[in-house]
Amino acid sequence: MSSELWQITWFTVAVAAGSTALILPGGLALAWLLARRDWPGKSIVETLVALPLVIPPVATGLLLLKLFGRRGPVGEFLENTFGWQIVFNWRGVVLATAIMSFPLLVRTARVAFESVNPRFEYVARSLGAGPSRVFATITLPLAFRGIVAGIALAFARALGEFGATIMVAGYIPGETATLSLSIYHLVQLGRDTEAFALLGLSLTIAFAAVWLGERFLRKNARA
Amino acid sequence: MKLTLHALQLPLAHYTLSIDAVIQARVTAIFGPSGSGKTSLIELIAGLRRPRAGRIVFDEEILVDTELRTCVPPQRRAIGYVPQDGALFPHLSVRRNLLYGFQPDLPRPAGLSFEHVAEVLEISPLLSRNIATLSGGEKQRVALGRALLAAPRLLLLDEPLASLDAALKERLLPYLLRVRDEFAIPMIYVTHSPDEILSLCDDALILRQGQLEKRGSPSELFEISETPRYRLKD
Repeated sequence: MSSELWQITWFTVAVAAGSTALILPGGLALAWLLARRDWPGKSIVETLVALPLVIPPVATGLLLLKLFGRRGPVGEFLENTFGWQIVFNWRGVVLATAIMSFPLLVRTARVAFESVNPRFEYVARSLGAGPSRVFATITLPLAFRGIVAGIALAFARALGEFGATIMVAGYIPGETATLSLSIYHLVQLGRDTEAFALLGLSLTIAFAAVWLGERFLRKNARA
Repeated sequence: MKLTLHALQLPLAHYTLSIDAVIQARVTAIFGPSGSGKTSLIELIAGLRRPRAGRIVFDEEILVDTELRTCVPPQRRAIGYVPQDGALFPHLSVRRNLLYGFQPDLPRPAGLSFEHVAEVLEISPLLSRNIATLSGGEKQRVALGRALLAAPRLLLLDEPLASLDAALKERLLPYLLRVRDEFAIPMIYVTHSPDEILSLCDDALILRQGQLEKRGSPSELFEISETPRYRLKD
């Protein structure tokens, strides 16, 4: 297999891992707030978070392009302040995959937090544990399996992201080309053999990710 | 110990819990039918709920005062809470459950060492066990031990025997008596069993629909009758 295909595969896995790591702290915090607290505007935030699941990914991509483009309100700020260009480079790919997988992480983690009986948290507090110790030693471990499932879902979604990525980052070989973008591009050019090679790689990665996830959860269930 | 509940108000689904009482006994029972507000009351004392109005004072320390907008969080109240099912942390071993609130560096009453609590409650043989393998009575003893090891100044027990069958209740009651006599930590004991009140408590509050209906010593409030074995005096 050519080094180009390896580069595409490596880039895709790195982007999926990076975007999942990027959304993890905020996603868990939001999931916990949705599960355990009532606050004004909660239902609005809930709806906003779910939006990328229901609107076409290309539409989400267009919205992100307008916001983060060089003349967009956020994009202009980031470029002037930090010198970061977001669109049409690897940062755009990470942004698009992060936004698209965020709802999956938040929704799964929220259910996991909700499934923890608050009585355990009450008792922990009565034993002298402050909110952060309760979260770290009771809530998080008891919700752990659900959170791992959420991380796996977010990672899988990021691996296969296409619509939003093509809008925000375009297809630039060696710079923004992920597995999905490359498969589409190669089929367009009639380079089916290479497209099939990438398809095989995609299948292998997805299989490995799901298998490892399941194995991890089974092992954890026994422990 | 002196626990003052002054003009406490907490709206519940069908009525407002409304209590005015001073609790000073070694073991105080809170008695009443299901849904009379017993659990809500001890959750107020533990700090797990905030009243809409009123004041809770422990000795000289204000725990809650809605007018002063003061509310000490549960972790700083040093009030132990044992819910009905014990609520042992399922992901921790018996030993780690027991040690969750144990702070060896803090000064504590002499009797409240790990070894002594484990001995009194006979939990030493259970230490390395997994929570899931404990029987109902063993779980309650561990839950009690865990609360004691945090060195509370007051222990709230929410129907600790309710989920056990009659034979197990008989076996667990002596442990509660030992805790009462051995550690001298005042207890508030929620129950709907006059049996338990008569054998364990010095004072009893009877709640109905969130109101304090009666108050007195167990022998004043309950009399022995044929069926049920005890009934409330008129």
